[in-house]
Amino acid sequence: MTALVATMRHARYVVSENPVTGLSFGLFLLIVLAALFGPFLVPHDPLASNTTMALQPPSAQFWFGTDQLGRDIFSRVVVATRLDFGIAVASVVLVFCMGGLAGVAAGFFGGWTDRIVGRIADTIMAFPLFVLAMGIVAALGNTVQNIVIATAIVNFPLYARVARAEANVRREAGFVEAARLSGNGEWRILVFQILPNVIPILVVQMSLTMGYAILNAAGLSFIGLGVRPPTPEWGIMVAEGAAFIVSGEWWIAFFPGLALMIAVFCFNLLGDGLRDIVDPRRRT
Amino acid sequence: MPTLILKRLVMTIPSLIGVVIVTFLLTRALPGDPAAYFAGPAASTEAIEQIRKSLGLDQPLPVQFVDYVQALVRGDLGTSLTTGQPVAAEIAARLPASAELTLLGLLVSMAIAVPLGILAATRPGSMIDHACRIVTTAGVSLPVFFTGLILVYVFYYLLGWAPAPLGRLGIFDSPPPTITGFYLIDSLLAGDGTTFMASLKQLALPALTLGIFALAPIARMTRASMLAVLSSDFVRTARACGLASYTVVVTYAFRNAMLPVITTLGMVFSFLLGANVLVEKVFAWPGIGSFAVEALIASDFAPVQGFVLTMAVLYVALNLAIDLLYGLIDPRARMDA
Amino acid sequence: MTAVPALVVEDLAVEFRTRSGTVRALERVSFAVPKGETLAIVGESGSGKSVTAYAVMGILDPAGRITSGRAMLGGLDLLAASADQVAAVRGREIAMIFQNPRTALNPIRTVGQQIADVLIRHANVPRREAPGRAVELLRDVGITDPARRAKAYPFEMSGGMCQRVMIAIALAAKPSVLIADEPTTGLDVTTQAVIMDLIGDLARDIGMATIFITHDLALAAQRADRIVVMHAGHVVENATTAELFARPRHPYTAELIAATPDAAASLAALASIPGSLPDLRRLDLPPCRYAERCPRRLGDCDAALPAAPAIPEHVVACWNPLS
Repeated sequence: MTALVATMRHARYVVSENPVTGLSFGLFLLIVLAALFGPFLVPHDPLASNTTMALQPPSAQFWFGTDQLGRDIFSRVVVATRLDFGIAVASVVLVFCMGGLAGVAAGFFGGWTDRIVGRIADTIMAFPLFVLAMGIVAALGNTVQNIVIATAIVNFPLYARVARAEANVRREAGFVEAARLSGNGEWRILVFQILPNVIPILVVQMSLTMGYAILNAAGLSFIGLGVRPPTPEWGIMVAEGAAFIVSGEWWIAFFPGLALMIAVFCFNLLGDGLRDIVDPRRRT
Repeated sequence: MPTLILKRLVMTIPSLIGVVIVTFLLTRALPGDPAAYFAGPAASTEAIEQIRKSLGLDQPLPVQFVDYVQALVRGDLGTSLTTGQPVAAEIAARLPASAELTLLGLLVSMAIAVPLGILAATRPGSMIDHACRIVTTAGVSLPVFFTGLILVYVFYYLLGWAPAPLGRLGIFDSPPPTITGFYLIDSLLAGDGTTFMASLKQLALPALTLGIFALAPIARMTRASMLAVLSSDFVRTARACGLASYTVVVTYAFRNAMLPVITTLGMVFSFLLGANVLVEKVFAWPGIGSFAVEALIASDFAPVQGFVLTMAVLYVALNLAIDLLYGLIDPRARMDA
Repeated sequence: MTAVPALVVEDLAVEFRTRSGTVRALERVSFAVPKGETLAIVGESGSGKSVTAYAVMGILDPAGRITSGRAMLGGLDLLAASADQVAAVRGREIAMIFQNPRTALNPIRTVGQQIADVLIRHANVPRREAPGRAVELLRDVGITDPARRAKAYPFEMSGGMCQRVMIAIALAAKPSVLIADEPTTGLDVTTQAVIMDLIGDLARDIGMATIFITHDLALAAQRADRIVVMHAGHVVENATTAELFARPRHPYTAELIAATPDAAASLAALASIPGSLPDLRRLDLPPCRYAERCPRRLGDCDAALPAAPAIPEHVVACWNPLS
């Protein structure tokens, strides 16, 4: 309890010291709200086309303008939040489980487990990550689910390494030895002694990689993988608007791109802020 | 140095083996029917069976792997369904376009990021330090395809300074005689100033897009390592010896600070090669990235596989080059070998 | 004290601005070192010995600020001079060697090049002749096979050898003052003596004044003509070595001497000094920063620090000194 109070106090200190982190917390709440309630709040149906109103610039009626089919871009941008945010969260949670467990096992058991996990991580790192993600989606099939899997796989080495390092330093720690001496099995120690200590670091890692996960997913859908039109999604909306940039209809690509950028920016700042809270030593 | 090269070469072998195994697994050992993938979406059952036979997909997996490796050794990456051309030839023809773009992008970002990082580190708290911080925080949040489109809008549509984003040369220009495949170099070698300028104009925006993309990690690393080096013992010694500030900053601090930056380049290349695909799509650049994207849309798998393999091998080679460059600067790395 | 002082430091004060408050690292630090003599500055870690040296050399951390004082090197006040003036004098007139010689040298530049850099800058040696002169300097500091060693990198040398290189660099331009900041820390015991002998011999050859910074009072006693004792950023006592050991007057000096293994008759008699250095960020620091540890504290101690005369024989900053 006192630890929680201390953490809260430190969190308040970090936010007050660094208003940018506070801003990013606010933005994060906005994104979560848009993801949860967006479809109920938007002024227009994101899928309803109306060719008489096609390619309208931003106005009071259409805040972000309309696209070539007359769909309201503001509504589409807001509704897309759920899908983009969902893909990022799902992939980060997936890699948190895969990479976290593999890394903890590698660091705790050492030996062959360590070597195999290390080799897998090295092999993934031997690829340019976005290119590998492309290859995985192409091979597994062109679906949103596979975008999640591909994004998780390319992030695997990062999580596995962090978890491995954290588990490794704790392998011989006093409290682990104490647990061992009081007759706990290795697996029990792994789950009850090591994991709880590694999870906070991995949570920070999650928020640090959220931004990259969103960028990766949007990049894949920008080149036509995963999400299919007319589903509103930021990457594919930018791709649809790209053709109109050269003729001056900037708003079609601009607003979804801006939403993407703000989301990534928010997650990056949030990750830095969260790292300061969880690990005060690494403050820069 | 020769032992270092040899040792690093040997160290790339496991990576290459891993890359080959992964690209093999991506096609053969995954759920679904690989023959159907290679045959494409419109193929009939007989066509799929025929492909299965011709690719040896009816053989056990180890046999298939041996076949796959043998084909790779022959430089055979399969045949593209859409163009009917061997994938290896297509990739070889398009690689220079991608390489020229990526390398120029890297050059642009180094030219901006390194001085920015150094100035920020030598003047902490100054305007340029704040500028550097903004660039590094905002830079990593910019989706590369979005940056590209904004540049097109501003410099092509609004200002009219840049040509239309449609490939390596304008419609009325003809490519220079192929020597390196890099239009900038080839046109210079041919003494053709017009073509040089034309291809430079086409390259400017996509290279700048990639440059902005790679700016953040390089500037951030330069600043951080320069700060660390400037407060190190040996720079203190150099200053206590009264060496000229140029000598202290350039000969003593900068060369040491570059070592972590060079290491970072590995990660930067990983991002650049990926971003390259997106930038090629935005600027209709006829490189291997847009080749792979076209094939992806058409569910034409052989080019995608060839592309992934080529990129991975390129990346391994680039990492090797980075290692060697590091060894060239740091005598300690030479001694380890 | 008839000799001409090579370096005079007067009323030096340094502050560090940190997140958690201003650290008043040095106050009213004064001392002088005559040509050809060795002055030792002795104190616990954190007492301000190194900060004093860095302030004089003009290589303080950017967070550090000199708030008052003079450091006269010949006719030049190092603390008032422009950065360019100081840079021109550093390495030429006043040089410094550091602890941990292996990290104090540039790891990716050969030691020969590093010596040559200083020669070219300060000793008017033409660029072409610098490498040859660097080899001669390496021979002068007792490095065998100097021509081969000049091409070596610091990581290929032992700590003792690196310190010899540091000495060669520092003495390349034959300065009039050398500051040696814990030059033997991190070296093994036999090397320590050799390095100290080397510094002493070379100093004598060029008639150089040496300021020797150490936490080791016994070592200072062996090597120095005069000892300055520092505590928490103050000079508490300044006397010739013989005088200081025969008649220590500041209570802190007396405790230090009692705590030196050489002085103690047995391990049991080895005293430790009670308390620790006060937090220099405190706003309520007593005028005498030793007061809170001092067994001889008086009411006067809380009023002000005794004014110290400029350069007398035996200075003690105490209202109630030992007689």
